[in-house]
Amino acid sequence: MLKLEKRPTPSVFWGRATPVLAVALTMVAGSLMFAALGKNPFEAIRTIFWDPLFGEFAWYLRGQLLVKAGPLILIAVGLSLGFRAGIWNIGAEGQYIMGAICGAAVGLAAYPTESRLIFPVMVLAGAFGGWVWAMIPAILKTRFNTNEILVSLMLVYVAETVLAMASTGFLRNPDGAGFPGSRNFSSYPAAANPELLAGTGLHWGGVAALGAVVAAYVLLQRHILGFQIKLAGQAPRAARFAGVSPNRLVVMCLGIAGALAGLAGMFEVTGPAGQISIDFNSNYGFTAIIVAFLGRLNPVGILFAGLLMALTYIGGEMASTNLGLPSAAIQAFQGMLLFFLLACDLLTNFRIVPARKEVR
Amino acid sequence: MNRRHLLATAALGLSLAFGGAASAQDKTKACFVYVGPIGDGGWTYQHHQGALDVQKAFGDKVEIAWQENVPEGADAERVLTQMALGGCDIIFTTSFGYMDPTNAVAKKFPNVKFEHATGFKRESPNVSTYNARFYEGRAVQGTIAGRMTKTNKIGYIGSFPIPEVIMGINSYYLHAKKVNPDVELTVVWAFTWFDPAKEADAAKAMIEQGVDVIASHTDSTAPLAEAAKAGGKVIGFGQASDMAEYKPSPRVSSIIDNWGPYYVKRVGALMDGSYEQADAWEGISGGEVLIGEITDAIPAEVKAEAEKIRDDIAAGTYHPFTGPINKQDGSAWLAEGQTAPDGDLLGMGFYVEGIKGDIPK
Repeated sequence: MLKLEKRPTPSVFWGRATPVLAVALTMVAGSLMFAALGKNPFEAIRTIFWDPLFGEFAWYLRGQLLVKAGPLILIAVGLSLGFRAGIWNIGAEGQYIMGAICGAAVGLAAYPTESRLIFPVMVLAGAFGGWVWAMIPAILKTRFNTNEILVSLMLVYVAETVLAMASTGFLRNPDGAGFPGSRNFSSYPAAANPELLAGTGLHWGGVAALGAVVAAYVLLQRHILGFQIKLAGQAPRAARFAGVSPNRLVVMCLGIAGALAGLAGMFEVTGPAGQISIDFNSNYGFTAIIVAFLGRLNPVGILFAGLLMALTYIGGEMASTNLGLPSAAIQAFQGMLLFFLLACDLLTNFRIVPARKEVR
Repeated sequence: MNRRHLLATAALGLSLAFGGAASAQDKTKACFVYVGPIGDGGWTYQHHQGALDVQKAFGDKVEIAWQENVPEGADAERVLTQMALGGCDIIFTTSFGYMDPTNAVAKKFPNVKFEHATGFKRESPNVSTYNARFYEGRAVQGTIAGRMTKTNKIGYIGSFPIPEVIMGINSYYLHAKKVNPDVELTVVWAFTWFDPAKEADAAKAMIEQGVDVIASHTDSTAPLAEAAKAGGKVIGFGQASDMAEYKPSPRVSSIIDNWGPYYVKRVGALMDGSYEQADAWEGISGGEVLIGEITDAIPAEVKAEAEKIRDDIAAGTYHPFTGPINKQDGSAWLAEGQTAPDGDLLGMGFYVEGIKGDIPK
């Protein structure tokens, strides 16, 4: 028989290898599921992982990969800081929505003025909207010791209601015949966030995501705040002795995560989405939690995890349309990825050893 | 069909890179984009039934493809582009929120036909829009509601305060009031198209206020499930789909979205070359709005009255919005004998006289 034995220190090798192993296991288990659904598993896996990158329409889909991965990376980088310090912001979806609403509101208020200043002010407003929304759980936690998981999650539903009000009420397109939805930013160049290079899919959100990865890397490696975050996560008591203020950390981590999620929402609403609409949010805030863990809470890891996640979305869509796979099967496939990752994580902290026979 | 139209996608650049790879095939490919899962039992389910009708009608000559759960916004634009690149000849986008993505992608693929449900933007010649006159069905439901309510309180679960829903509320109320001048209408806004928990809460709140006939503009069966718990005192209607599992009561009738005839007509027109840009808004007479069986839980004379409304609308002899009708604030809207112009309905942002409460702004 085998048994688990706790490693004295987490294995560096398995820490690196588990994401790869998890992807491989997901492919195997996914193949079985696709086969059970009566589809050719090799074709399905090829459609999901190969075709978007090297297939017939890769020239278009590679750019879309960036469009999809950008907000995921931006949000996940922010979340990872808090997760490292044991601060669980589950409400990035709400912060994303509020960032989009604030950013869009500034732009729409300025309509139809043409000025170079409009877009930068909208960027600031977007970050501010997300930050404010994240400050609610932060202040409630530091003042009244409420649980930030619950508060931030519940605020997602509040934000969704505000979004519905915005798109049917205060941000509704006055020329839209009473239909919900704001003006489309694609027809308002001063506030739009278009593709920077035609065909690449890269817009300012993608640039911001790359910037966030670099900044978070430097923060964690070189800055005292990064050190405090890591210390608070690994040894809370030691952190306190070292003079780390837990309240300050909560405010900083939630604030950074909220601002980045708000930025992601703002870039999305002015770029790919184009307008505030009732169903503007598409779960980026929740998916980013998976991306953060898939990337091992490491900025560079998150960069790759975001791209991988985007690949499963885009490839999954292709598999769904071209092979007739139900979208639920694609969601199950994505779920498997997280499941196997968490399961494989066991190997980082434990080793499997043969159980010794008991001596009487 | 000629696949070379893919070459026309120069707007996306690099099109030459794959021009030769597109396979030549003679089938017409009809593609469908859905906002929910095909098993939702309501809106998306009915669209998918229409897609299957296309397959049935043309057999081997068409190929259908679809994508479920497509979020409105950036994702829709990508899915539409993938479909157009993948050789779809006609793409039906079946939710209001796909309006801007549909028009954006249509500009890049002038040889692919796009059909957008419930929208009003047709920015390029290859975009058509289609919708159904659901308010006609509401006239039938209102008649039943006005006759059947014992408390004189009837309810309506609204999804979003958009013209589509407001005209349904007005039609429902007008016809209830016509047969029962004492009737009062309660509107609860759920701010969702599909959320069984919220819909159930809305129904529960209304039942507690004494409402005993509930119509809903949301897609799930939850309001009927709530009505069923009231022990026969409360009735309701199937929405989008027949919801026959709640027959004979609380579901006493239903509005069924029947997209099949339209889809078959449009794909057929594309195949025989008679396809033209359109702004279709058919109702009971065109077969797009079906009134589900009125069950025996309704007295025969009420049933006959409701069926007469249905038949008169189908025959074109009756318009649900026929004057005199005043707006909620008392100002005149339609004069005696005047029927509502389509433009007024499509932009409807007011309640008719007699409805209490405000439309959320």
